[in-house]
Amino acid sequence: MNELLRRYGKPLTGLAVFLTAFWLLFLVILPYFDMFASSFRPYLPAVDVGGPKDVYSLNNYLTIFENADWHFFGFTFPMTIHLWVFILTILFSCLTTIVSLLMCYPLAYFMAKVISPKGLATFLLLLVVPLWVSELLRAFAWFIVLAFKGPLSLTLQNLGVIAEPIRWTWGLWGYSGVLIGLTYAYILFMLFPLYNAMTSLDTNQIEAAEDLGAKWWQTHWRVIIPHSKPGIASGSVTVFMLAVGSILVPTLLNSPSSSWFTEVIYNRMFDQNDWNGGAAYAFLLLLVCIFFVTGMMRYFRVGLADIAK
Amino acid sequence: MTASVELRGVSMDFDKYRAVDNVSVKIEPGEFFSFLGPSGCGKTTILRMVSGFIEPTQGQVLIGGQDMRGIGPNKRPTAMIFQNLALFPLMTVWENIAFGLEVRGADKAARRAKAEQLLDLVELQGVAERLPAQLSGGQRQRVAIARALAVEPKLMLLDEPLSALDLKLRQHMRAELRAIQKRTNVTFIYITHDQGEALAMSDRVAVMSRGQIQQVDVPQKIYNTPTNGFVASFVGENNKFSGTLTSVSKAEGKFKTDVGSFSVTLGEGVSRESKCRLYVRPEHVEFTLKPKTGFNSVPITVEDVSFEGNFAVVHMRDKAARRLLAEVRNDPARPPPAVGSATNIVFAPDKALVLLDSEATAYAEKE
Repeated sequence: MNELLRRYGKPLTGLAVFLTAFWLLFLVILPYFDMFASSFRPYLPAVDVGGPKDVYSLNNYLTIFENADWHFFGFTFPMTIHLWVFILTILFSCLTTIVSLLMCYPLAYFMAKVISPKGLATFLLLLVVPLWVSELLRAFAWFIVLAFKGPLSLTLQNLGVIAEPIRWTWGLWGYSGVLIGLTYAYILFMLFPLYNAMTSLDTNQIEAAEDLGAKWWQTHWRVIIPHSKPGIASGSVTVFMLAVGSILVPTLLNSPSSSWFTEVIYNRMFDQNDWNGGAAYAFLLLLVCIFFVTGMMRYFRVGLADIAK
Repeated sequence: MTASVELRGVSMDFDKYRAVDNVSVKIEPGEFFSFLGPSGCGKTTILRMVSGFIEPTQGQVLIGGQDMRGIGPNKRPTAMIFQNLALFPLMTVWENIAFGLEVRGADKAARRAKAEQLLDLVELQGVAERLPAQLSGGQRQRVAIARALAVEPKLMLLDEPLSALDLKLRQHMRAELRAIQKRTNVTFIYITHDQGEALAMSDRVAVMSRGQIQQVDVPQKIYNTPTNGFVASFVGENNKFSGTLTSVSKAEGKFKTDVGSFSVTLGEGVSRESKCRLYVRPEHVEFTLKPKTGFNSVPITVEDVSFEGNFAVVHMRDKAARRLLAEVRNDPARPPPAVGSATNIVFAPDKALVLLDSEATAYAEKE
């Protein structure tokens, strides 16, 4: 702070501090606070807002448990469609994270330890170029590629691999398209933290492990993965949170039997105009995700500081 | 527990650059062998070829008489100590030491026992549960040695492992390494650019330059009878005179320079026609006011005297403005000549070596 004052003088420092505070307070904290407060109030016609019916309760949150039976292999569970979508959203976000990790680990290792610096520049460019295209267009591209009788099916048919066109987005309980789309959209958020973590590993350590008799997988298991853990954690948290919160990809690449929890929130807010209910669901999702992520971090013994690295 | 190493006509090319050029040498079992040379001379490349991280472009590497081509570093009976030690920072000291056993599937109790035993061997007790970052430089050094010894290698490869330590510790670790080598009788190959280290520790030394071995011999011979100009000027200090041989008889001759003609001893392979130079060690130079019979004499002016404690280094110039050095043992009764004084240096013909210029000499001078 003193450094700032010395460098820019009082008026400029004051302005910068004021603008930052204004932005934080009026554009971040207060809107969130307002949404948080309204999530506890019922959705009422405009006349009743502020009236005797406008009381705080947990009703908006509890609707997710509203009784509706769900049948599965002849068993009946007290399961609402919202809760089911909620669980599937978390589950497939995890799967997206795992698939991204499995794809990125060898790639990051290749980039950090194998490829020559000259090749790396080209390689990085090839990886980043698709990111210059908007997320919407990229999701549409996959929508076209995966379409029934789309290019993928046609190519495979012409090659004689498959006889009939396939509905690519209908697999995995209707979530295969979403899984592909989300993995494609957020994979770089996994790749770069991993790559960063691996470049900071001294190559001598890999060689030392090898020299002491370790097989390649032992070197990875005991030396490279433990070193990369902060990168793995950071990438996983980012991909998971982005996947859970994504709405574009699940809307475009869903199937008749799939839905994403963000879509439920969207419907409540914009189709039913129930902002209170939508806010409640949004906070519910946030809360569960925070618990889930901190729980996973505990389990894998990664600190927040590691992720910040 | 110990093995010989033989390099047969080994060369290594990186693209168009030849890092190691047709090197042949045989290292005996249980020997402490050093490769000594300036940076970029190919000594580390040799070590990496022996350990198996790279395969030679040409030639053979044999360990214990067995050709090592195609055998990976994890299958060779070698253990390497890296320049930066490369301890695993996330493992405790004992896990580090026992890593080689862990990957071979030894159970935990056996691993722990072996680690403790090795910690005793390197005289480092009570740190088994610590992380490498919690140790001092010298302690980390010992852990690295213990970790390498844990896999019971027949051959230890050391890549300038002492270069990161301060002077006192370095000198202590020299003696320590030597003692551990004698105790375990494992063949040691030691890489260094520090001639003091190489001479003090090794049974034999190979002096390298530009990918080639210039001389392989015991330390005394390397220092006292270098085979060419490069070895003479890289190992220790030397006064150098250019000139021509005017007469040759057996191993002696006359060498004519711009400051006089000297009686000299001829080095290996020197003949009347060869391109060569005269080398005189600073410690073989004496000061006298009058020329001494049977000695070569050069008039000089003293420029500076630096007192080092047990000896003093006298910097001087001859008439041709050539810089010369003399080392005088500390003796209060016979102090070195005063700065600015004009006097003579004398040196015996058997201490005046005429040595061949090598390609490497020219290279070293350009540097």
